[in-house]
Amino acid sequence: MSTSATTRIVGAPVPRKEGIDKLVGRAQYVDDITREDLWHGATVRSTIPRGIIRSIAFDPRIEWSEFTIVTAADVPGNNHIQLIVADQPCLAEGRVNHCDEPILLLAHPDRHKLLEAADAVHIEYDPLPAILSIEESEKQREIILGEDNSIKSFALEKGDVDSVWARAAHIVEGEYRTGAQEHLYIENNGMIAEWSAEHGITVWGSLQCPYYVHKTLRSVFDLPDDKVRVIQTETGGAFGGKEDYPSTLASHAGLLAMKSGHPIKMIYDRMEDLAATTKRHPSRIRHRTAVDKDGKLLAMEINLAIDGGAYSTLSSTVLSRATLHACGPYVCPNIRVRARAWATNTVPYGAFRGFGAPQAIFAMERHMDEIAAATGLDPVGLRRRNFLHEGDRNATDQLMREPVILDDLLDRALKESDYYGKRVRYAQENPKSAVRRGMGIAAFYHGSGFTGSGELYLNSLAGVHVTPDRKVRVLVSNTEFGQGTNTILTQIAAEALGLDFSDVMMAPADTAQIPNSGPTVASRTSMVVGRLVERASLQLLALLREHAALADHPTRDEFFAACDRYRAAHGAVESLCRYEAPPGIYWDDATYHGEAYGAYAWAIYVAQVAVDTVTYSAEVEDFWAVQEVGRVLHPVLAKGQIEGGVAQGIGYALYEKVVLQNGHMANNQMTNYIIPTAADVPPIHVHFEQIPFRYGGFGAKGIGELPHDGPAPAILNAIRDAAGVAFNAIPLLPEDLFATLAAREPVEEPVAL
Amino acid sequence: MRGNAEAHELIAPGSLTAVLNLLATEPGVWTPIAGGTELMVAYAAGRLNATRLVSLWGLSELRVIRATDQHMSIGAGATFTDLRKSAIVSEEFPLLAQAASWIGSIANQTRATVGGNLVNGSPAADSSPALLAYDAGIELISARGSRRVPYSEFHTGYKRTVLAADELLYAIHLPRRFARHRQYLRKVGTRRAMAIAKVALAGTALIESGTIREVRLAAASLAPSPTRLYRTEEILLGRQITKETLRAARAAILAEALPIDDIRSTAAYRRRVAANLLQEFLFQLGGEEFRP
Amino acid sequence: MKRLLDVLREDLRLTGTKEGCGEGECGSCSVRMNGELINSCLVPILQAEGASIQTVEGLASHGVLHPLQDAFLQLGGAQCGICTPGMLMAAAQLLENNPHPSMTEIREGLAGNLCRCTGFMRIFESVLAAATQTSEKALEQPHHAR
Repeated sequence: MSTSATTRIVGAPVPRKEGIDKLVGRAQYVDDITREDLWHGATVRSTIPRGIIRSIAFDPRIEWSEFTIVTAADVPGNNHIQLIVADQPCLAEGRVNHCDEPILLLAHPDRHKLLEAADAVHIEYDPLPAILSIEESEKQREIILGEDNSIKSFALEKGDVDSVWARAAHIVEGEYRTGAQEHLYIENNGMIAEWSAEHGITVWGSLQCPYYVHKTLRSVFDLPDDKVRVIQTETGGAFGGKEDYPSTLASHAGLLAMKSGHPIKMIYDRMEDLAATTKRHPSRIRHRTAVDKDGKLLAMEINLAIDGGAYSTLSSTVLSRATLHACGPYVCPNIRVRARAWATNTVPYGAFRGFGAPQAIFAMERHMDEIAAATGLDPVGLRRRNFLHEGDRNATDQLMREPVILDDLLDRALKESDYYGKRVRYAQENPKSAVRRGMGIAAFYHGSGFTGSGELYLNSLAGVHVTPDRKVRVLVSNTEFGQGTNTILTQIAAEALGLDFSDVMMAPADTAQIPNSGPTVASRTSMVVGRLVERASLQLLALLREHAALADHPTRDEFFAACDRYRAAHGAVESLCRYEAPPGIYWDDATYHGEAYGAYAWAIYVAQVAVDTVTYSAEVEDFWAVQEVGRVLHPVLAKGQIEGGVAQGIGYALYEKVVLQNGHMANNQMTNYIIPTAADVPPIHVHFEQIPFRYGGFGAKGIGELPHDGPAPAILNAIRDAAGVAFNAIPLLPEDLFATLAAREPVEEPVAL
Repeated sequence: MRGNAEAHELIAPGSLTAVLNLLATEPGVWTPIAGGTELMVAYAAGRLNATRLVSLWGLSELRVIRATDQHMSIGAGATFTDLRKSAIVSEEFPLLAQAASWIGSIANQTRATVGGNLVNGSPAADSSPALLAYDAGIELISARGSRRVPYSEFHTGYKRTVLAADELLYAIHLPRRFARHRQYLRKVGTRRAMAIAKVALAGTALIESGTIREVRLAAASLAPSPTRLYRTEEILLGRQITKETLRAARAAILAEALPIDDIRSTAAYRRRVAANLLQEFLFQLGGEEFRP
Repeated sequence: MKRLLDVLREDLRLTGTKEGCGEGECGSCSVRMNGELINSCLVPILQAEGASIQTVEGLASHGVLHPLQDAFLQLGGAQCGICTPGMLMAAAQLLENNPHPSMTEIREGLAGNLCRCTGFMRIFESVLAAATQTSEKALEQPHHAR
């Protein structure tokens, strides 16, 4: 089994495959690219959250004959973005269901004339009552989607929850809320599109999932596979924000290209990107938990609601992951989770690193500290008492077949952070200090890959190809957007084939050149796709041994010589592999029972937080992230993923607020959507434990999303420790801390400093 | 980027005299632009109404920091980096050096000018509280000559100043008399860098035998423009620093502060934090009694 | 009234410098003008007349990476890379003024450059590593933009 072998390239800090281009300014992001005869595109968007479009008028001061104008009527195929349920229009037809919904498109060679023209389109609406919160949607007084405003629901049941309450020593309830969160990739969404009768549609753009875009374009343009081509350009950050939105933008640019006859470039500016594109689903999660006198969890009843925005888009899968992460890494024999995604008249929410798990884990881990407080138990001991171990079953009755080392991770995290020592010290120092400090922990897991039968449904195909000039190309549709896809997959192929790292490159992320190995989401790249690349490489070696007399432990030259021989006799030197589920997996979509995920990464995060009683602001002073993630393929990239995810989690907890006014993002500028700067982030200490997972690429499990799950609850638990007050909603801004803390103090009286 | 390059004309006459003559012959037509850290943001957002702009960047007459025995003078074209590099500023007007370090980022400090900061007139202006607490004077210049105004009278309302249509802010003069004053400045923002002040408080005070002989308090974001807190100063003047003084001062600042709710923060938060900042200042002045 | 950023990217086709926000908040447009760090999205081109401008394209010298670029490559200072050109400019400015900066000084020097991928830790480490390597020779001549 390759996972236990010593490796030369996997596990080594090789330089990032596309690193030099990025460092010398040569990397080509979509806005760096230009075309002959390029026209620019702009979008005219709804200014109300819900209503009928009564009229569209074009101000005569503009010379409209110079412009290409596209509406829903110009869509040759299906006017819907192809996701799980295709209910989101590509362009609004007759009605709008959220502010900033795209209604029509304009193209012109001059970008400034274009902006003037966009301002000169006058749209009149008959407004309809807008639903702008989960609570309003639940009331169902106004139905805005389907029969009941419900996008999707899940029910997960285990044991017999109702039989437990009467005999429980403690019953603890809590309600937890998380706000929307914006990805704030530093590169805005952008796309270039070309159309010709001969080639169909070709798009270049900032995106995560070429085949998702391909699927929508085929449908919107009613074109066959080979008349749609999607090419990813160097992508400046994504975090899930470029998982589904690019399908809309590509359709828009494509429609303008088709109608105008010119190549079209559409690059959003920051204000448009912030207002009009996807964000993380807000959530409201209610817990009711029965605990025995020793702190053993007896029953959990969880009511989980997320705000999906105006269309279904990805809400059902976000809801699924939230449901499956709602109960934490704990043993509990009786569970009931009722989860629902509600429609509102806001910009549809979408994928964002964690995909429902950060919301669910925030609630669970905050609630654990509330249980500790209510029962007089120590938050650490309470968790330990209930941790899953190998041989236990989780909320979906999945047997933990792999070792689960939460206890060891917890020991390490407590030691590294000096958790107990600091709590003792702070208890003494806080009463005499203007700055109150606290420590908080979070324990969690994150399932790698698509849920249940999702990976089978994706049916990913990936492989390797050897060129005549002795380069190996990795054939995948998985993309680089900073997280290291290019590097880890070429590492895996180089290792498995016995070559040098420099021998292997990625095939261009171009649907004309790569198979569909699934989207780059769900922390599946290293585990699922990595394993496919590994298998394909081994399969290639077997092929060469069988047909080209390749020796058993070949040198580089021998390998390439065998490839030459094979090519001469049989043609292309290529090996592809399809996804195979690990054996013995069963998953029931109806009852939500079974193996929800092939593998889990496990983590304990600790936050040290200072609350300033003068300004009511909380800052993270120090942070420890301890996790078991299977094989670490690249120590520097892996560390970078954890650190980046923690920084985003800190933003999620304390800085980042989406301010909606009538369903429109009012703070849609970088000056007032606040993320932490280099001056704000704490030192982030990262430690990995590795238990190789036999079905992951060289033993790897997923790592990309895990680090966004833990920071928010750890931080708010630390604030509870510091301030002695429970805060259950994020983002937690100083104004929120003030509202609670200062309400207890008389205004004129000097505060204790 | 929503600004239209064709729709705006920028000229650089190249000397202060030439600029002043331009403003005199066509008052209200030409908008001066120095470092652009304010106007260029509006431009990119498609909100720059000024179509004709005259550049002040590079006018050496404006970009000076000099001193006499009595005063230090900062040219309106001095950047915040210039302030941070100035020895006199760091030694005698540390609140100003501090404020300069809190302007945006290093890149913005290199271009943002003190003049621009004041003329823009935001109630959240970073340099204003310190300048008010240092009793700064403003010198305005035009083709007609120059005139002086206490900085405390420069702002007349939200983003309105006493600048006439043909005038430029020429220099800020600070009296060199704060060596023995206790000094305080704290800015409360949304994060540690690149943050517009939710509230800021500056204070200078002369304490003799435990009595407050002189005190100047100034705040950002507690009024439509940066403001001295005269009534709160009155409460403190001539008093010892006791718990009663602090209570009275807190009550005074809570009454005098007139902040608003806006996208960045709330009035209630700003008022309470202003009172806490004042308490922090008084505590540093020797309010040992405030310890519980 | 074109911005320096527009002239660099469109007229000179030096696309290494990026536009992330147009508000002077993200720093991805940072370049060095007359030896000082500025946000090129906020500079009208007229005000750059006669200035010497250094962009990321001018950091490496005859195919040899600047110590900062080398450190970023070894230590993971760049992930998606979009903030990297501006970050390198800010770091180069920092090291020129302060060859051996403390962590506090590094944080301050880079506070105007937002990165959403790295959490800054690898960037800090890269700057510290480059600081021990930097010599006069490694600092590149400005790329003249006239």
